[in-house]
Amino acid sequence: MNTHFDAIIIGGGILGVSTAYELAKAGLKKICVIERRYLASGSTGRCGGGFRQQWSTEANTRLAMASVKRFGELEAELGYKTEFFQGGYLILAHNDEEVAQFRKNVEMQRSLGLDVKMVLPSEAKEIVPFLDEGKMKFATWCPTDGHINPFLLTQAYANAARRLGVEIHLWTNVGSLMKKSNTFFVMTNKEVYETGMLFNCAGSFSRSIGEMLNVEIPVDPYRHEILVTEPVEKLWNPMVISFGVGLYCRQEKNGGLVMGMGDPNEPVGTYVGSSMYFMFEMSRRFTTLFPKLDSLRIVRQWAGLYEMTADAQPILGPVDEIENFYQASGFSGHGLMLAPAVSRLQAELVTTGKTSMPIDDLHVRRFRGQKAIHREKSVV
Amino acid sequence: MKIICRCQDITEEEIIDAIRQGASTIDEVKRLVRAGMGPCQGRTCRRLVSQIIARELQKPISDVFPPTFRPPNRPVPFKLVMAEFQRQEKEDLKKAAKPKIGKKP
Repeated sequence: MNTHFDAIIIGGGILGVSTAYELAKAGLKKICVIERRYLASGSTGRCGGGFRQQWSTEANTRLAMASVKRFGELEAELGYKTEFFQGGYLILAHNDEEVAQFRKNVEMQRSLGLDVKMVLPSEAKEIVPFLDEGKMKFATWCPTDGHINPFLLTQAYANAARRLGVEIHLWTNVGSLMKKSNTFFVMTNKEVYETGMLFNCAGSFSRSIGEMLNVEIPVDPYRHEILVTEPVEKLWNPMVISFGVGLYCRQEKNGGLVMGMGDPNEPVGTYVGSSMYFMFEMSRRFTTLFPKLDSLRIVRQWAGLYEMTADAQPILGPVDEIENFYQASGFSGHGLMLAPAVSRLQAELVTTGKTSMPIDDLHVRRFRGQKAIHREKSVV
Repeated sequence: MKIICRCQDITEEEIIDAIRQGASTIDEVKRLVRAGMGPCQGRTCRRLVSQIIARELQKPISDVFPPTFRPPNRPVPFKLVMAEFQRQEKEDLKKAAKPKIGKKP
């Protein structure tokens, strides 16, 4: 088996496979993706599948807008059905504080050219019937947001990458890393790999990968639980989010409602078991917003990890300590929706040395020292 | 044409296609073609899918990586979960209301 590569990507989630594809497309030869288990077995395969452009920071909004543009091209480019669907995102505001924040967000988003507007509760109810509009004050609506099937998108990228000669090694666990002169040595449970370029797309495990090379990647995993109901006929198109009630909910292509929530009391850790508490709390929150849908049946619940950074924005690009060690992690629960843009930027960065969009603000050095951190506020 | 997953109408051909794309576990097949995602949660098709994987990849069925079993055991409506939640809350309140100290043994 060949173990010498020009680029090795650690992580077979959406970030890993999309980066591999974009690198191969940019002309790099001999690329390998190393995955601990199977493709999309980590956060990617457990996520809600939405993509949105409505963010509170400019960096996230710009990335997301570039991503959505990419999502539209991908089905044709990769030759694979991904269930890409622009059904929009409806974000509910429940109190004056949220209304003020959302006004600011919408103003910023519109200045970047995004088609987004504030809507009244009555208009929101037209977009999402069954919504209890009495519980909300306002909503923001962006029709070009939407959702996609994370498994199929990962597989689409992986198949296309394989066609370009990328090797994907599954069930290969990185045990340790070493750099000697210009070569990285990747010690795994199977082989020792050698490469000139290393990408850390390990999601929740990117801190450990960084530690293997003595680089601090300040990413902490938190469990987020999620459930899906039985399939029913089409109820609505968009993803509905409420930061106040704390939930997101969308209807899958096959008709099931997928919904999840954040829990501020969740401790740091990589535990992904399911809890009874979640089932209770999710039912309470869902029936608060959609009282008429309380007869829907829950079919399955599961959990995944949000890999959080202190400002809820990703860590991208090189690190100061080690040359040719690139980061794409800490997406704080939004890796899938940013992956198409981020992977392309990574490829631009390594092939041309510069990127078409500024990513300096997302460099890991923002967490070193005493600089003030601007936190992304729109996180469920 | 053989139907393997009866909840989602998934045929043997579709499962074999997923295996050809690189799937080697029940979870991967499930993610690609939805076999086992319906109301029965794979009770019917889980074994059949692992048989097909074992046959196609020519390995013993014991080497097929097992899937995760996820709650709930059978589909349960939100209102039933809520009712149980409220019952438990009431019970907890009752327990809390009972004086714990100063009671005769």
